[in-house]
Amino acid sequence: MAVDGHAIEADGLVKTYGKDVRALDGLGFAVPVGTVFGLLGPNGAGKSTAVKILTTLARADSGTAHVAGLDVNRHAAEVRRRIGVVAQKSGVDRELTGRENLTLQGNLYGRRGKGLAERVQELLESFGLADAADRIARGYSGGMQRRLDIANALVHDPDVLFLDEPTTGLDPEVRAGMWREIARLTEEQGLTILLTTHYLEEADQLASNLAIVDRGKVVASGTPEELKGELEGDAVIVELAVVPDEGAAEAAVSGVSGVREVLAEGRGVRARVNEGATAVPVVLAALESNGMSVASVTVSRPSLDDVYLRHTGRAFSDADEEGVR
Amino acid sequence: MTALREAGYIMGRELRSLLRQPWWIAITLVQPIIWLLLYGALFKKVVEIPGFEATSYIQFLTPGVVVMTALFSAGWGGMGMIEDINRGVVDRFLVSPARRSSMIAGRLLQAMLVILIQSVIIIVLAWIVGARFPNGIAGIVVLIAVAALLGASFGALSNGLALLARREETLIAVMNFLLLPLTFLSAAFMQQSLMPSWMQSVAEVNPVNWAVQAGREASLGGTDWSMVAGRIGLLAVLLAACSAFATRAFRSYQRSV
Repeated sequence: MAVDGHAIEADGLVKTYGKDVRALDGLGFAVPVGTVFGLLGPNGAGKSTAVKILTTLARADSGTAHVAGLDVNRHAAEVRRRIGVVAQKSGVDRELTGRENLTLQGNLYGRRGKGLAERVQELLESFGLADAADRIARGYSGGMQRRLDIANALVHDPDVLFLDEPTTGLDPEVRAGMWREIARLTEEQGLTILLTTHYLEEADQLASNLAIVDRGKVVASGTPEELKGELEGDAVIVELAVVPDEGAAEAAVSGVSGVREVLAEGRGVRARVNEGATAVPVVLAALESNGMSVASVTVSRPSLDDVYLRHTGRAFSDADEEGVR
Repeated sequence: MTALREAGYIMGRELRSLLRQPWWIAITLVQPIIWLLLYGALFKKVVEIPGFEATSYIQFLTPGVVVMTALFSAGWGGMGMIEDINRGVVDRFLVSPARRSSMIAGRLLQAMLVILIQSVIIIVLAWIVGARFPNGIAGIVVLIAVAALLGASFGALSNGLALLARREETLIAVMNFLLLPLTFLSAAFMQQSLMPSWMQSVAEVNPVNWAVQAGREASLGGTDWSMVAGRIGLLAVLLAACSAFATRAFRSYQRSV
């Protein structure tokens, strides 16, 4: 596909809306052919803008983007033939049936006749929509409409699939089902998928490579394991019975061997340690011997949440709310 | 060829959605009848004005109602476009290889088909209540064609405005501002020579009036065909300009997404 084995390449993308809003501020990343790449970031980070540029809907102010080896500005028509797009907002035609939706979509890509009818039936079956195929899509559940969106994007056998927040607004169970569908697409069909999400868990589950986006820039990238590995060690999170004196918890724990960093806030004490299992008893002993009784303790492997916090200086959930506002 | 096929697919989509709305069908079919009978009764005495040349007002009125119905039926076409923008359908089409011009042309073909059906209903009803069309089918075909040309022009304008404004309120305001005044600034209800002189001057450059003049001239006999051809030429230019505007409006829309 692409000369250098990349299905998508973005370099230095800048996009501003009006005078004040800088949605993209030099965004760049590359997606190897046949992989799932996750763009992870809070609402308003610029993920959807990036997808709009890569799918030829919007134009960047500067920077370059290639999809399937083709420049998205100069070869927009050819790029459109090679990609499938599931936008953040469902694009289902609510007045048409599922089958009519897929047939029209195929028609717009120049497919028709028996070949298209068979492809449509195949998609309806593989996305669990066969029973509802001839019902008006207005009556579909959110999950069904989302599956129809994905089926729509696949009618013409694209090489690259863009999924912009495919599971936002879905129930947890439906979301898990959607993850299985997406995983199956790459395994069985070798599709390259660009997935944007603001769910850390989703990126962790699905993406083989990730870029963390914040305020229009990539702040970190790599495999989920690499990103988490950068943090080294585990997190020990202790909840104390009462709020300790200012600085007391830090003082007690920071001297303990194997502890790298300590952060205390309210009743919570968060310590980054070399190894969770051996550190817990020592940390607990240090707190107890300084007169602070412990209510609960948890040990966790570093999550993408921690990665996000480290690279942006903000907790992910805070940034997310900021973006929504 | 591909462009035509694409427009056909879009037209099919539009028709399918409309045919699934029983209220839309009922109103679309009944509205022109109401206009014909209402205006026919309201302005019945107009024929008694000295200098009014026609003897049957309903006959005089029929081409006017055909044109007015086409204008109002297609002029609101942009509302569907806004709905599609809000539903994400426009974005889905824009990232497909389908031509922008086909997306507009398909909608206009649908609008013209609806105009055809409405016009036939009006003309049949008018015939039942006494209107006669001396030029026969040929005259009626020209009448419906000019109505469709005008309707498609305003349909394209409406779709283009929808892409620029993207808000129903804006489109409603602009279309309300245009449609009814343009209708009353034409000879749809009143013989042009009996209109106030400033209105006569405005009517000369009013596309709705071009369609009314050509449609009436072609269908009611004593026809000056060169005048009809001239008006059709003007309407064709208008349609080309409005269609180009609507197709270009996608660019402006894409800059704002």
